[in-house]
Amino acid sequence: MKILVGIKRVIDYNVRIRVKSDGSGVETDGVKMSINPFDEIALEEALRIREAGNADEVIVVSLGGNECQQQLRTGLAMGADRAIQVDSAESLQPLTIARAFLKLVEKEQAGLVMLGKQAIDGDNSQTAQMLAALWGRPQATFASAVELSGNKAMVTREVDAGLERIEVDLPAVISVDLRLNEPRFVKLPDIMKAKRKPLEVIPVEDLGVAPENDLQFTSHTPPPVREKGIMVEDAAQLVAELKTRGLL
Amino acid sequence: MSETANEREVMEYDIIIVGAGPAGLACAIRLKQLKPDMMVAVIEKGAEVGAHILSGAVIEPGALDELLPGWLDNPPPVCIPVADDEIAFLTATSKRKIPTPPQQRNHGNFIVSLGALCAWMAPQAEDLGVDIFPGYAAAGIRYTDDGAVGGVIIGDMGVNREGQPKDTYMQGIEIHAPLTVLAEGSRGHLSKELITKYKLDQDSDPQAYGVGIKELWQVAPGKCKPGTVQHSIGWPLDTSTYGGSFIYHMDKDRIAVGFVCALDYSDPEFSPFEAFQQFKHHPSVKPLFEGGEILSGGARTIVEGGAQSLPKIEMPGALLIGDAAGLLNLPKIKGTHQAIRSGTLAANHVVETGGGRGFDTTLRESPIFKELHKVRNIRPGFNKGLWRGLITAGIETITAGKLPRTLHNHADHSSLIKLQDMQTIERPWVERDLAPRDRLASVYFATTDHDEDQPIHLQILDPEVCTTRCGEEYNYPCTRFCPAEVYEMIDDPDTKAGKRLQINAANCVHCKTCDIKDPYQIINWVTPEGGAGPNYQNL
Repeated sequence: MKILVGIKRVIDYNVRIRVKSDGSGVETDGVKMSINPFDEIALEEALRIREAGNADEVIVVSLGGNECQQQLRTGLAMGADRAIQVDSAESLQPLTIARAFLKLVEKEQAGLVMLGKQAIDGDNSQTAQMLAALWGRPQATFASAVELSGNKAMVTREVDAGLERIEVDLPAVISVDLRLNEPRFVKLPDIMKAKRKPLEVIPVEDLGVAPENDLQFTSHTPPPVREKGIMVEDAAQLVAELKTRGLL
Repeated sequence: MSETANEREVMEYDIIIVGAGPAGLACAIRLKQLKPDMMVAVIEKGAEVGAHILSGAVIEPGALDELLPGWLDNPPPVCIPVADDEIAFLTATSKRKIPTPPQQRNHGNFIVSLGALCAWMAPQAEDLGVDIFPGYAAAGIRYTDDGAVGGVIIGDMGVNREGQPKDTYMQGIEIHAPLTVLAEGSRGHLSKELITKYKLDQDSDPQAYGVGIKELWQVAPGKCKPGTVQHSIGWPLDTSTYGGSFIYHMDKDRIAVGFVCALDYSDPEFSPFEAFQQFKHHPSVKPLFEGGEILSGGARTIVEGGAQSLPKIEMPGALLIGDAAGLLNLPKIKGTHQAIRSGTLAANHVVETGGGRGFDTTLRESPIFKELHKVRNIRPGFNKGLWRGLITAGIETITAGKLPRTLHNHADHSSLIKLQDMQTIERPWVERDLAPRDRLASVYFATTDHDEDQPIHLQILDPEVCTTRCGEEYNYPCTRFCPAEVYEMIDDPDTKAGKRLQINAANCVHCKTCDIKDPYQIINWVTPEGGAGPNYQNL
C-alpha cells in the first residue's frame, strides 16, 4: 500500500506573526519557515505504519513554489521514500488542493492519504474533508490513534465530547491531531541520504486542475493590543473599577 | 558509516567547521572555491543559519569583495550604504556631538543584519557543495588516540531533564575530520575547552568581553533616516564602566538599537539590560521609538581583548577563527570583516600547505593581526576610566599604535568589587514606558525556544557557593548580568540559606555572559539540544 502525506510549508510556530503595515498579508520576509506541525505528525504516523509492515511506500506531497522543496527534503530525511512537488506560483485554496490531491491519489493508486487536521497558517481544516468527498471514500478526521488491520483502519478521534472510535474502510483519508505521536528527530546522515531520494515536480496545470479563487482576502488586521492593567487594592475597588468601565 | 550498540555512527569529512557565522561560512566558501572536491561540512546549533547571529552591524565591504567578487550585484536582504555618521557624548539630560575618531568613520560601509547576511551566504556555500547542518549542536570534541582534535561529537537529542533517554531519543553521531575549524563566535564552549586543554592562552592576556543587547524596531513613519549611523558614549554608564550605544537607521522604517557594556565593570549591582533600557529613554533617543514596535531582540557577547588577548589559534587538528579566536577590532566596533578575512585566510592556508600547521604565524603576519596590533592599547586604556581612556585613545590613534608599549587586559570575572568594599553608585534611573517592560518581555522578542524536558545546559559546578559566599560578597550578580533572566534566587525556607538558585534555562539566548562574568567561574555554559535557543529575525 502507498501512503500519500501532504506537507505544507508554513511560518514556523515559534515566529511572532506580524501583519504587513498595508494589511495585504502576513510578513514573511526573513521569517523562518517549516513543515506544518500537524503534517509532521501525519508523516510520522505514516512512517510508523510503513515500519510496522502495513505499507510499502510513503510519498510526501507539497503544493507550492520551489521553496517548498526544502520542506519536502526534510520529509525525505525523516524517512519518506519519495516526494512530489505540485508546482504552483500562486497560493492555492483548499478546494484546488483537494482536487490536485485526488489526481495524485488516482495516479499513484494510494491506499491511504494522511494530512494534518489543519495548517497553522490558514487554520482552514478543509482539505482532508474535501478530498474525501471528491474521492468518495471515508474520512477519519482529528485522529489521536490509528490502528490498521487488513483493509480497515480503527481511528480514535478527538471530538468536543471526548474520544470517538470509528472504523473506516481503506482507501480513506485520515487527518491527524496533536496527540497522535511525537515526530522523530532527523538523523544527520539521513539528511545526506534525502538529497539523493527522488523529488518529482509536476506543474499544477499538468494535473488538469485549474486554480480557483472562490475566496478573496480583503484585509488582514492584528489582534487588538491589550491595554495596560491596573492593580486594585481590594474587592471593593475591583467592583468600583468594573462599574466605572460599564463592565458590571 | 557504521553503527554498533555502543559506537556512535560516524560521518567523515576533510574539514568540519563549527558555527555558520561569517567566519565559518567564509572559510567553507573559500575552501570549495579553491578545492571543489574537498568534503566540507558546517555544523550550526541554531535551528537555521542566522538564528543565533546578533550583531550591530555596520560592516566594511573589503572582506566580502575579496571572497565573493560582485556580491553587491546580488546583495543580502538588508544592505544599506552608510550615509551619515555621528558620535555623541551623553549626560542624563544632554547630548553633545564629538569628533568622529578615524576608526569609526563609516563612509563606504554598509548597514546590514548579520543574521540575514549569514542566511544569504549559506546557500552560496551550498551551491559550491558545502554541507551545512543547522539544528545540530557540536556538543563535544572528538580526540584521536594521539591526543589531537579529530572532529566533533553531535549532541544527543531526546534526553530528559534527568539525563535519561525519552521515546524520541536519538544518539548524536561523530563527525571525523583531519581538521576541525572552530568558528563558534565569542566564548565558544568548545573553543573554551580547547584553549584550556592545549594551554593556548598561556602567552596572552585573558580575553576581555562585552555584552551587546540589541533590538530591531519598526518605528513610526518619518523617523527613520536610512543610512544614518549614530553612536554614543557616556550616560547611562558611570565613567568607570566602558561601553556605549549604537543606533543604525535601516530601510522600511526599521531601526536597530543596541548597547554594549564591557564585562569588566566593577559594580555587582549593575545591570547591562537596565542600562540599555535607560539609554533608550534618554531625551535625545526616546522620541525615535515612541509609537514604534519591537520586531526582534536579543543579546550576545563580543570579544574586546584584541591583539594582546589573542590566544594561539592553532592546535593539533584544529584552528580557531573569527570571534572564537578573538579578532574583533573594538575601536572600529567591527568584527565581521575580521571574521570573514580570517575564515578566508584559514582556507587559503589549508589549501596551500595541506593542513592547519603554521596558521598562527600566517595570521599574525597578515593584515588581520596588523589591524589589531595598531589599536591594541585603546581598549585597555579605558581600564582607568573614561577620561584617561579617551586620552589614551587619542594618543594611540595619532601615533598609529607605534609607541613601544602594550597595555594589558584583565579577566572580566575578577573585576567585581565586593559589596563591603564598594561605594554605592547612585543610578538615578528614570521610570520607563517604552517596551519591553522587563527582561521576560524582552526574551519574548528573541523567540527563544528550548524543550523544557532536557538537562539544564547551564551547569553550576558548585551550587553551595551561590547561596553562601556569592550572596554575601556580591548579592547574586547573576540575577542582574544575565540579559534573559535565566538566574533567579527563590526564597525557600527549607534550605539552610533560605534561598535557592533557580535556573530558567529555557530563557537562555546563548549570549555567554554568565560563563564569562560569574566571579567564581562556576557557571559552565554547554550547548543544549540542537535547534534550541533564540530564533532571531534580522538581527
